[in-house]
Amino acid sequence: MTDSVIRVEGLSKDYHRAGPGAAYATLRDAVLDVARSPLKQFRKLSGRISEAERFWALRDVSFDIRRGDVVGVIGRNGAGKSTLLKVLSRIVEPTSGRVTLNGRVASLLEVGTGFHHELTGRENIYLNGAILGMTRQEIRRKFDEIVAFSEVEAFLDTPVKKYSSGMTVRLAFSVAAHLEPEILIVDEVLAVGDQAFQRKCIGKMSGVAKSGRTVLFVSHNMAAIENLCTRGIVLHHGRVVEDSTAKSAIAKYCELASHEQHLPLAERTDRQGSGQYRLVDVALVNSQSPSAAVVEMGGDWVLNLEFAGQGRISQPHVGVVITTMTGERIARVMSGETHGDLPPIDGNASFQLRIRDVNLVPGLYQLVVGFRDQATEQLDYIERAATIEVSARDAFGQGRVSDGVQSKTVCFFDCEWSVEGLLQSAGPVSVG
Amino acid sequence: MTSGTASPAEDALHVSAEPRAEPSGAPAFAPIIIEPRPGWRAVDFGELWRSRELLLFLVWRDIMVRYKQTVLGAGWAIAQPLMTMLVFTLFFGRFGGMSRFFEGPYPLAVFAGLLPWQFVSTSITSSGLSLVTSANLLKKVYFPRLIIPFAAVGVHVVDMAFAFLTMAGLMLWYGVAPGAGVLALALLVPWTILTALGAGTLLSALTVAYRDFRHMIPFLVQIWMFTSPIAYPLERIPEQYRLAYAINPMVGLVSGFRAALLNYDWHWGCMAVSACSSAAMLALGLTYFRRTERRFADIV
Repeated sequence: MTDSVIRVEGLSKDYHRAGPGAAYATLRDAVLDVARSPLKQFRKLSGRISEAERFWALRDVSFDIRRGDVVGVIGRNGAGKSTLLKVLSRIVEPTSGRVTLNGRVASLLEVGTGFHHELTGRENIYLNGAILGMTRQEIRRKFDEIVAFSEVEAFLDTPVKKYSSGMTVRLAFSVAAHLEPEILIVDEVLAVGDQAFQRKCIGKMSGVAKSGRTVLFVSHNMAAIENLCTRGIVLHHGRVVEDSTAKSAIAKYCELASHEQHLPLAERTDRQGSGQYRLVDVALVNSQSPSAAVVEMGGDWVLNLEFAGQGRISQPHVGVVITTMTGERIARVMSGETHGDLPPIDGNASFQLRIRDVNLVPGLYQLVVGFRDQATEQLDYIERAATIEVSARDAFGQGRVSDGVQSKTVCFFDCEWSVEGLLQSAGPVSVG
Repeated sequence: MTSGTASPAEDALHVSAEPRAEPSGAPAFAPIIIEPRPGWRAVDFGELWRSRELLLFLVWRDIMVRYKQTVLGAGWAIAQPLMTMLVFTLFFGRFGGMSRFFEGPYPLAVFAGLLPWQFVSTSITSSGLSLVTSANLLKKVYFPRLIIPFAAVGVHVVDMAFAFLTMAGLMLWYGVAPGAGVLALALLVPWTILTALGAGTLLSALTVAYRDFRHMIPFLVQIWMFTSPIAYPLERIPEQYRLAYAINPMVGLVSGFRAALLNYDWHWGCMAVSACSSAAMLALGLTYFRRTERRFADIV
């Protein structure tokens, strides 16, 4: 018996490029297709698709995970992380290759799967536990522990629809955290709840890891990956490009990110959305440097976003997210939230955006840009659309420059101090 | 363009599943192999059996939710067939003149027919949509997919129990006592459930593959009702067509329920044909479901 708990050999998974078309196939199409060429239709039903329509979400992925490994899987959106987890969780089936799982698997692709808002907290613990694969006795045995961890004792017999979203998430995570699998597969669940609860979750996860169980963990949170994981796997366009320590995986991930970014925006393919419109240029209009996008800390950012495409967009919505270099989201501005619909466009268009007093500490930041129609159809979505450097300045008029790298923070705020109980003169202040 | 690597043999995928819900600490654990394998997949009854708790939880959830969301709650299980019976009695029985074709009280004959019919029709309507409404579960958790349409049918078993109580009340009211034939219910009820499972499973998989079925199901149910001998007796169908007519499984079921509860004649030939077509429908439903199951998470 080897010590390998997850062995993945030559795993591939493809999708129809026409994805949604296949999903919403209507009977009429099927009937017409059968009438036209019965044989082809039969092949399609049996799962064959032509090469031109293929999109490989995973391509020849192999790795071997030993008992007790805590593995972080990182990669950009669309790199195949979710597909990998779905295949390992047996939700989606591979096109070729083979996975051997040696142990009971619990996968948490989402917290609160199957929660029903009409049911009480107590009822949902049982329901969710059963959905995640616990037996009734098991849930009963751990019930008190789950409730204590979730901190919702007082509301156990209240329907979940009356819970705040934070309470729902805490309850859901608590059920999941009390699964006792040999292999735990987790997707981004740490991105929920408030800070204190997130810390508690990370604590629970490292507890699981320390007890010798195997954890496979997908996240965009590089800090969590670095803290938790003993090993990192980087996926890029469906392939494994790095499989080593968490640290070097993160380095590889950042390198890939900056490499991809050197491509002109219009040529990049790592984007989502219908493609009717594409972001082709982002310019920082008020840049301090002619060759790069540099702005002083605390200054305004004036951005010019240029989109190329055709067709009328009656209610354009543009969103910009500012992230750190490792992809943690700091802030976002959405035109829909702040200004409603922007004026309609028809053909190539550019949008100007001014973000006032951006109080980020000096360093490099990236932009994610999304473009939607009527706040429903995603036209384009691209991460790392631009990098902006925030330069140091004496933001507080103290004759010295604040350094964000040293302070390990991202934001700064204007502030005032006042002190009560001043020491009036040199000498003891007498009381009474 | 990527070169072709998928051979026809890789089209189908086989997952050999092992218990996923053993109590923790269970030592022996055969590895789970996930890989594509050719051919049709048989129903994994062992895995279904191991997931029975989940099935019960899902049934329980739907019953609880219905109790909490509706004022009448279980009352609906009694009111629905009762109202249908009243409408049938008035319009088909009295104005349509159907009541003279039954020997006993018309409302009783109709209600005996509605017992299996209401169960089958409500079951297939909800299990037909069950996969689509459970899309989120399908995309996030693994469990035997058949649990979903089965649970949708399971909810209506409770309704059928209430309908049986109503039937008992009606029989007391009319002073009709069942004979020894009532024992046949021990076979007729499971047969009814299997019929609903077959049709429901088939429709649920078809609804995922072709959304048209969402709109077709109510229409199919309506046609099925009029082609079943609920408002009228089986004897109204000319004798030479009866066996062909019994390809509709409801024919055997409705006439069987009437014979068992109200001492009407047994139509053995028709029941045999109906039983065969129920079995065929169940086999088709399960096979088609297992065949398309692998694509559910991708297309639902």
